[in-house]
Amino acid sequence: MTSALVVDAALVLLVLGLALWITAARAAYGAAVGFVAYGLLLTLIWVRLAAVDVAMTEAALGSGLTGLLLLGAAARLAPYEAAEHQRRPGLGLRVLVGVLCAAIAAGLAAVVLLLPDPAPSQALAVAAHLPATGLGNPVTGVLMAYRAVDTLLESVVLVPALIGVWSLSTEMGWGGRPGFLTPWRSGSALPLLARVLPPFGILVGIHLVWAGADDPGGKFQGAAVLAAMWILVMVAGLREPPRVSDRLMRFLLVVGPLCFIGIGAAGIRLAGAFLAYPEAYAKPLIIAIEVGLTISVTAVLGLLLAGPPVPEPQYQRQSRRRS
Amino acid sequence: MSLALDLFTIVAVTLGAIFFLAGTVGLLRFPDTLTRLHALTKADNLGLGLVVLGLLPQATAPFGWIGLIAVWLLALLSGATVGQLLAEAVRPPEWDQARTPDASPVGHPNAPEASSHD
Amino acid sequence: MTAFLLGAAAFILGTVALGLVRILRGPGNADRMLAAQLLGTGGVAALLLLGVATGVGSVSEVGLLLALLAAFGSVAFVTGAGRASEAPAADSAAGTQGAARSEPE
Repeated sequence: MTSALVVDAALVLLVLGLALWITAARAAYGAAVGFVAYGLLLTLIWVRLAAVDVAMTEAALGSGLTGLLLLGAAARLAPYEAAEHQRRPGLGLRVLVGVLCAAIAAGLAAVVLLLPDPAPSQALAVAAHLPATGLGNPVTGVLMAYRAVDTLLESVVLVPALIGVWSLSTEMGWGGRPGFLTPWRSGSALPLLARVLPPFGILVGIHLVWAGADDPGGKFQGAAVLAAMWILVMVAGLREPPRVSDRLMRFLLVVGPLCFIGIGAAGIRLAGAFLAYPEAYAKPLIIAIEVGLTISVTAVLGLLLAGPPVPEPQYQRQSRRRS
Repeated sequence: MSLALDLFTIVAVTLGAIFFLAGTVGLLRFPDTLTRLHALTKADNLGLGLVVLGLLPQATAPFGWIGLIAVWLLALLSGATVGQLLAEAVRPPEWDQARTPDASPVGHPNAPEASSHD
Repeated sequence: MTAFLLGAAAFILGTVALGLVRILRGPGNADRMLAAQLLGTGGVAALLLLGVATGVGSVSEVGLLLALLAAFGSVAFVTGAGRASEAPAADSAAGTQGAARSEPE
């Protein structure tokens, strides 16, 4: 018991120290590298908190996609960083920001410390009603049955996010291929990795979706792994990202939310409420939604990282220069 | 039999932990990035490999063994790739020019870094 | 045996966490990436030990996930570094571009 306490305390101190360093670091690229390590520490902490579902999400997103996004952004911003450091805000503004941040931190700490003990919880109610859904994993039960509206909105909001990224495209670029993930260089070990790893990654991704009904895992974790494999193939230059005007790709982007909304609307007729499932078909319907959402979330995550489309000549030039 | 297997676990996991320690010491003490890379891949391959080897007798079903070995094989693959990628990224540009005289230094990821002293 | 496995997990985690000093000291960003990679491998080992010691299979699965995506951080690193050196302003004298290269020591 005591040794577990020591490990937990060490993890908390490490994650706090690393967070401080990331905030204070002057070069964005180094800070982004620190953030990758920060994600790993958070994964371990979620495991220690027995929240394995969240740990899997953090492992899949934090060590895979977030690193690519942040490092890519930091690399693009690097040329302007020096100028940005010279435009240092005045002392008054810095003190004001510090005071506001401290107030927010104190407010959060107060909320956590003032929670009633034991904290209010619906866990027992979920455990009592879980058999009706045919699922074994309470997290999936809450996400797909009891809080289905939240999950629906979460999966729909990814599509506007992608539209937001695409809207950064120039007039000439519209309809072309996303230009953020042009292949790095040939002759490195990357193409080999991109050939060997995806079969295993796809297997693990599908396993996470399928096992999510009864064990930790689920569509978001599985989709994050699948998207990571797709991105790996694009970065290695083995496959080009699809054109944003591709109709099949656009259909895949929305098939999950459409499936969810369709089944939810049918629930008004068949089970008396929007997003209610008829008792006998609860599990097959939930699995159908999960599969549809997995496809859409994979496509959206992959295209989010692939960035806005660029004009064809620019895309060709980038690819040539790197290979 | 069980005692022998437990002993095997203890010896293998301890050896694995020592390789992790060695990897960390190497990472902290070695003089430059390429040699530190060397220390890292030792911990990846041998440290994790010995831990997995030691855990095999303790894992239950055949699926437990498959899972453990899969983790190690994946770590071997990514360790080898990471070694190559990072080595390529930190390799001094002169080495490239010495090897292929017509290679243009433009486009190499090794632009000099000036602001790392923070 | 459980106590030994848990102790080994804590030991490995502690040693690789010491390696995080490299993130503070650098000197290059590649050295920071190495520390993150070592933490990843050590985390996988600790999760496997924890999973077997507690008998919770899904903990080992988190380890599998980390091992599967272990190379991604470095792939992102070299991709970003390559992009930085090719940015339009990369030839300017500002000198903040170029992320991977470590300082000569």
